[in-house]
Amino acid sequence: MSINLQALMAQLLVGLINGSFYALLSLGLAVIFGMLNIINFAHGAVYMMGAFCAYFLLNVMGIGYWPALIIAPIVVGIFGMILERTMLQWLAGLDHLYGLLLTFGMALIIQGVFQNYFGSSGLPYAIPAELQGGMNLGFMFLPIYRGWVVICSLIVCLATWFLIERTRLGANLRAATENPTLVRAFGINVPRMITLTYGLGVGLAALAGVLSAPINQVRPLMGADLIIVVFAVVVIGGMGSIMGSIITGFALGIVEGLTKYFYPEASNTVVFVLMVLVLLVKPSGLTGRTT
Amino acid sequence: MAETMTAGPASMAAVPAPGDALLTIENLQAWYGESHILHGMDFHVRPGEVVTLLGRNGAGKTTTLKSIMGIIGKRTGSIRFDNHDISRTSSDKIARLGVAFCPEERGIFASLDVRENLMLPPQVRPGGLSLEQIFELFPNLKERLRSQGTKLSGGEQQMLAIARILRTGARFLMLDEPTEGLAPVIIQQIGHTIARLKNEGFTILLVEQNFRFAATVADRYYIVEHGKIIDGFANSELEANMDKLHTYLGV
Ligand SMILES: Nc1ncnc2c1ncn2[C@@H]1O[C@H](COP(=O)(O)OP(=O)(O)O)[C@@H](O)[C@H]1O
Ligand SMILES: [Mg+2]
Repeated sequence: MSINLQALMAQLLVGLINGSFYALLSLGLAVIFGMLNIINFAHGAVYMMGAFCAYFLLNVMGIGYWPALIIAPIVVGIFGMILERTMLQWLAGLDHLYGLLLTFGMALIIQGVFQNYFGSSGLPYAIPAELQGGMNLGFMFLPIYRGWVVICSLIVCLATWFLIERTRLGANLRAATENPTLVRAFGINVPRMITLTYGLGVGLAALAGVLSAPINQVRPLMGADLIIVVFAVVVIGGMGSIMGSIITGFALGIVEGLTKYFYPEASNTVVFVLMVLVLLVKPSGLTGRTT
Repeated sequence: MAETMTAGPASMAAVPAPGDALLTIENLQAWYGESHILHGMDFHVRPGEVVTLLGRNGAGKTTTLKSIMGIIGKRTGSIRFDNHDISRTSSDKIARLGVAFCPEERGIFASLDVRENLMLPPQVRPGGLSLEQIFELFPNLKERLRSQGTKLSGGEQQMLAIARILRTGARFLMLDEPTEGLAPVIIQQIGHTIARLKNEGFTILLVEQNFRFAATVADRYYIVEHGKIIDGFANSELEANMDKLHTYLGV
């Protein structure tokens, strides 16, 4: 078959952008799972809250996109830390199932509240002036905002990786993931670290929400739809590795994009097919721990 | 039990703890879930002493150290350290008072390299050993700084486990069977280290099965059986107590 380069590139770009969101979200899930041993089903809801936070900042307080990129993750991160302090911390040591059910319930409540006030339709959020328009790369036309999303996500993912794998704070975190009791017995306040970790994971999701607001509109269920795919990404990548979840996120976005070009009928299911295959061959995921 | 208690001032088992003790344990009881493990421990450690808990496997020595460190499900009784009641204190705060713990399983982190393992415990007091002093004590560690913590040999892991708590400035160390499963030369090296720490004024609560090793460093001994202290004597009385000791330890 002949290859239409322009169309292929366009699908690859869509794949990269989806991959940017998968990576940010699955990274947050992996960080949270490592420390709290909780599969955070509220992740899609806090992603949505990030987008709404940006929307409120703009429409209620007149605060634009760039400050929102910082403020929204902090606000939603603090909301997450309150959830952890008041509810999630009591589940420490219990089976995964309890955390899964609790966060799933929280997601339903959060989404229900937003739906109650905003219905199901999308609220517009404009692309900031600096990132409007596009660039002609010769082989394709690149909308600047989409390029920015990919770059921003890459930078934030790599910075998070660096924080966890290469800094003193990250070493505390990795150690506490392995043996929280001993780390605490060295004088480190592990409960506070757990709270901050949940805040970090949730903040990453909120950042993804702000990034997506100009692309996908702001909707109460925007996270609910996305998170299903992200969980499949996490199953494929495994929960064990930070870099693993970043790479898997981007890679699966690209696989989806390629599928859309070569066999569009399968583009919505390819991730789930891969998930089934991985589960059959290596149930702990491609980069996961084997426990 | 009764004989050694009346054997003179050096016999400590049932003598009330002196006012100057750094650590005083009274009627300590501890549980893992439903199982009641410690049934009223009484003992004390004075500043600068090396005190060894001896006893058979499963007697409750590790549980005693964990209770002092505050990492056991449930404990009752009195634990006083440096004039603080720590019987209800969380383990991070206990560590911050200057208590350092080297666990029996060593607790080296696989996801951290040797340097990260070494730097993990935060400084709780001024005056901890510098990295140079640590490498002088344990030259092997210096060669392996970039290795994954759990790639070290058993002996090196034990050295790392001791080294990292010397950095913190804690002056009270609890070492749980530091010689378990190690080759004689390494046991010797650890013995020298403990002797040197004692010279420098560290206070050490040591758990050992190997009482020949303990005899090279300890000032006093307590015998633990079924979660209680059943006897205690000073190092000078070791020879006189040898027969009993063999019975207690079943060796
Ligand atoms: N995590 C645990 N859960 C339940 N019981 C335990 C646990 N750890 C130790 N025990 C029990 O507590 C008793 C004392 O154990 P321990 O303090 O480790 O003895 P020692 O260090 O003197 O060999 C043993 O009977 C042991 O089986
Ligand atoms: Mg033990």
